Amino acid sequence: MDWVIFGILAFLCVGSVAAMIFSRNPAHNALLLVLCFASLGGVFGLLDAPFAAVVQVIVYSGAIMVLFLFAVMTINLKKGQARERKRKIYAASMILAAVLLVELAIVARKAFWPAAESVPAGAPAEPVGIGHLLFTRYLYPFEITSILLIAALVGALVMAGKKESA
Amino acid sequence: MAGFFWLIPFFPLAGAAALILFGSKMSRKAVSATACLSVLASFLLSLAGKVELLGTSGASAPLAKTLSGWISSGGFSAPLAFVFDPLTAVMCLVVSGVGFLIHVYSAGYMAEERSYARYFGLLNLFMFFMLVLVMASNIVVMFVGWEGVGLCSYLLIGFWFERPAAAKAGMKAFVVNRIGDAGFLLGMLLLILAVGVPGFTEINAAAAGGRLAPGLATLAAVLLFVGAVGKSAQIPLYVWLPDAMEGPTPVSALIHAATMVTAGVYMVARLNGLYSASPAASSVVAWTGAVTAVFAATMALVQTDIKKVLAYSTISQIGTMFIGCGVGAYAAGIFHLTTHAFFKSLLFLAAGSVIHALAGEQDIRKMGGLRTALPKTFPAFLVGAMAISGLPLLSGFFSKDAILAGAFASGKYAVWFLGLAGAVLTAFYMFRLVFLTFFGESRQGEGTRRPLHESPGIMTTPLIILAVLSAVAGFVGLPAVFGERVDLFGRFLKPVLGAAERPLPAAAEWNLILVSMIAAAGGLFLAYLFYLRYPLIPGRLARRLPWLYKILVGKYYVDEFYDAAFVRPAVRSAGFIYDRIDLKIIDGAIDGSAAAVNVAGKGFSRLQTGLVKDYALAFLLGVVLFLGFLFIGAR
Amino acid sequence: MIPSSAFLALAIVLFVLGVAAFFVKKDLLTQFMAVEVMLNAGNLAFLSLAGRAGKAEAQVIVFFVLTVAAAEAVVGLAIILHYFRQRKSVRTEDVDGLKG
Repeated sequence: MDWVIFGILAFLCVGSVAAMIFSRNPAHNALLLVLCFASLGGVFGLLDAPFAAVVQVIVYSGAIMVLFLFAVMTINLKKGQARERKRKIYAASMILAAVLLVELAIVARKAFWPAAESVPAGAPAEPVGIGHLLFTRYLYPFEITSILLIAALVGALVMAGKKESA
Repeated sequence: MAGFFWLIPFFPLAGAAALILFGSKMSRKAVSATACLSVLASFLLSLAGKVELLGTSGASAPLAKTLSGWISSGGFSAPLAFVFDPLTAVMCLVVSGVGFLIHVYSAGYMAEERSYARYFGLLNLFMFFMLVLVMASNIVVMFVGWEGVGLCSYLLIGFWFERPAAAKAGMKAFVVNRIGDAGFLLGMLLLILAVGVPGFTEINAAAAGGRLAPGLATLAAVLLFVGAVGKSAQIPLYVWLPDAMEGPTPVSALIHAATMVTAGVYMVARLNGLYSASPAASSVVAWTGAVTAVFAATMALVQTDIKKVLAYSTISQIGTMFIGCGVGAYAAGIFHLTTHAFFKSLLFLAAGSVIHALAGEQDIRKMGGLRTALPKTFPAFLVGAMAISGLPLLSGFFSKDAILAGAFASGKYAVWFLGLAGAVLTAFYMFRLVFLTFFGESRQGEGTRRPLHESPGIMTTPLIILAVLSAVAGFVGLPAVFGERVDLFGRFLKPVLGAAERPLPAAAEWNLILVSMIAAAGGLFLAYLFYLRYPLIPGRLARRLPWLYKILVGKYYVDEFYDAAFVRPAVRSAGFIYDRIDLKIIDGAIDGSAAAVNVAGKGFSRLQTGLVKDYALAFLLGVVLFLGFLFIGAR
Repeated sequence: MIPSSAFLALAIVLFVLGVAAFFVKKDLLTQFMAVEVMLNAGNLAFLSLAGRAGKAEAQVIVFFVLTVAAAEAVVGLAIILHYFRQRKSVRTEDVDGLKG
């Protein structure tokens, strides 16, 4: 049963990204990614990480991708810009990506394959536990991250607010 | 008083410093006064020292003073130390005395000269180095003086450096001297290695005591003599001296007649222990001197420049001095050095007076009949000529005779004969010079005939003094036949130079004196015949034997030979090295590396396309490689 | 039970697809989206590698990554908008101001 769910979710993830590669419409790309991230949230759930799953769906596919959509609408990109001259970089990057895939596979295999360890049994981590960690051991990064968010906010406001840049 | 003898070189040094630093701001009178007085001070102090030495009659140890330590490394130390023994006393007196007279003469001769202060500054500097040379108590300090006089000689030969001939002559002198100095340096190092101490007393004692391996003593002596050959212009390193006549005439008188060129003779005399210990080296010295004496005299027979005749004469006379040292008669050699200083500088200064009167003319074919026009210069010159020719009772007669007697006594009859031949030739060419210059009809060209005037007193007074010295100085060194006690000179120098080898029986000595007198008279008479009585003879002889004449006038083509054999290959190889190595390889490497950096930089800057994708590709490549190496390669 | 290696494989595939997407696309905006994909793949890898005792920490990491990604998206989009206003285009090929 788990495998089925996993299979569906995995297919959705990979498929939406693949479709995004081939689609020329930016709005379609953004929507496809929303789908991808939501599926990923499901996968997180399969991994006994409910907090991460929920946060993923809410923040990532719900907020960030919506932001992207707003940007797409604002920029109003022309649909499907024709592919201009083929550049050598295209081939090189594809080759390198393939190599990367192989390498990562090898690394993963070396590290993990013999012990096909399942997702460890045990109760999924409660949000309470996460909150506890955040406010004790990881308090420092937590606070810094909040400052980071404020900085991003202010920066975005400043930049987006300018009409003609100085 | 004489305890301050070590100050002797430093008066001229102070003078030189003052003139070089401030000379351009001083008046001419101040300049010449500074220069002359500093030398006079040296002379007076030398005199005081000599008197003191005479008083103690050399029984006590000579005056010595170590100014300061200088080189000290390991077990070897060469201090800055001077000595004042009879030999040094003689040399100091000659150098400073004749030097003083020449300084005074220069004040008049160079009166029109623009670089007055530079001239006197250099002249004083030379005096300093020469005095250091003769007062040194070890061979390293002597080398300092040796090099220093070479430097000053170069600077003074090329004094009028805007003239290419003068500049070239200075360069030639310096380079040829350098070759000799290489020999000196090697010999010096050899001695230091063998004896361990550079002091002269130690070296002479080691040599005399047989502590030096005979081969080593010979080698060191010969190497040092190579230096002397360069400095004193003997075969084969004499070629610079005739060219050195490009310098001002007083310079020729001081440096290239009386003092610097005699440094080699002094050096051999100073190291008499070493040379006596090595008969082979002494033979080299004697034979080199003998052959040079005759060789140079033959070239003087046909020279037409008044100064060049005197230059070749100097080379020949120094050869005679080396004969003396080479046969063991060191005192005789020094005696001739002294008398030669007097009459040769006299001859040069008088020649300068003639040139001055003729407004720069130096070619004797354009002279003649100056006897009446130069009433003070002529007698002075004549006395000098008579002295150098060895006419009886003048100083040259006694000194030359002492040398020839020493040669004969040592059994080296061939050397004696060559010396005698040199004497004949000397008399001949000197009186040729006298007759052509001062007698006969005036041969000045029509255009150059101008009222001739005698030189001013400041120039003629030193001439007179030197003439007197040339005449009477011989009497301090009367030969033994007149009585043992009469050779004051030899006795004074005995503590340093040892006695003469074997005294001759009186009869032999008288015979030798007679032979010398006949030789001198013969030379004079021949000159009289050739140049006064039958002036057509020289021309006819030249036409009869053109090949001989050409060789003599061409100076045996030695200069041309050196040029082809040494100078041109050196210049060519230097040019080759410059082109191939310096320009192409070294410069090429540097320019090339700069260009390579340039090219590399341009190439690399092409990577900076500014496009994000390209940069991202670089990232990707880096990550792929990193992963590959880290996890897969390093298993 | 699903072995964690499967999840890891999924993460790897997603990551490489994100890389490919980055190089294929020609507009800045979509390339930015591809970066987000890569980040998520990293998150997934973190979670799938968490052992029995590390589940909470893994989620903490995910939390942080997510937050930072959000901030980054905000700023990045602001920049892109800014750039668009100036040049009226977001074609990647035209962004070469740093050339040389």
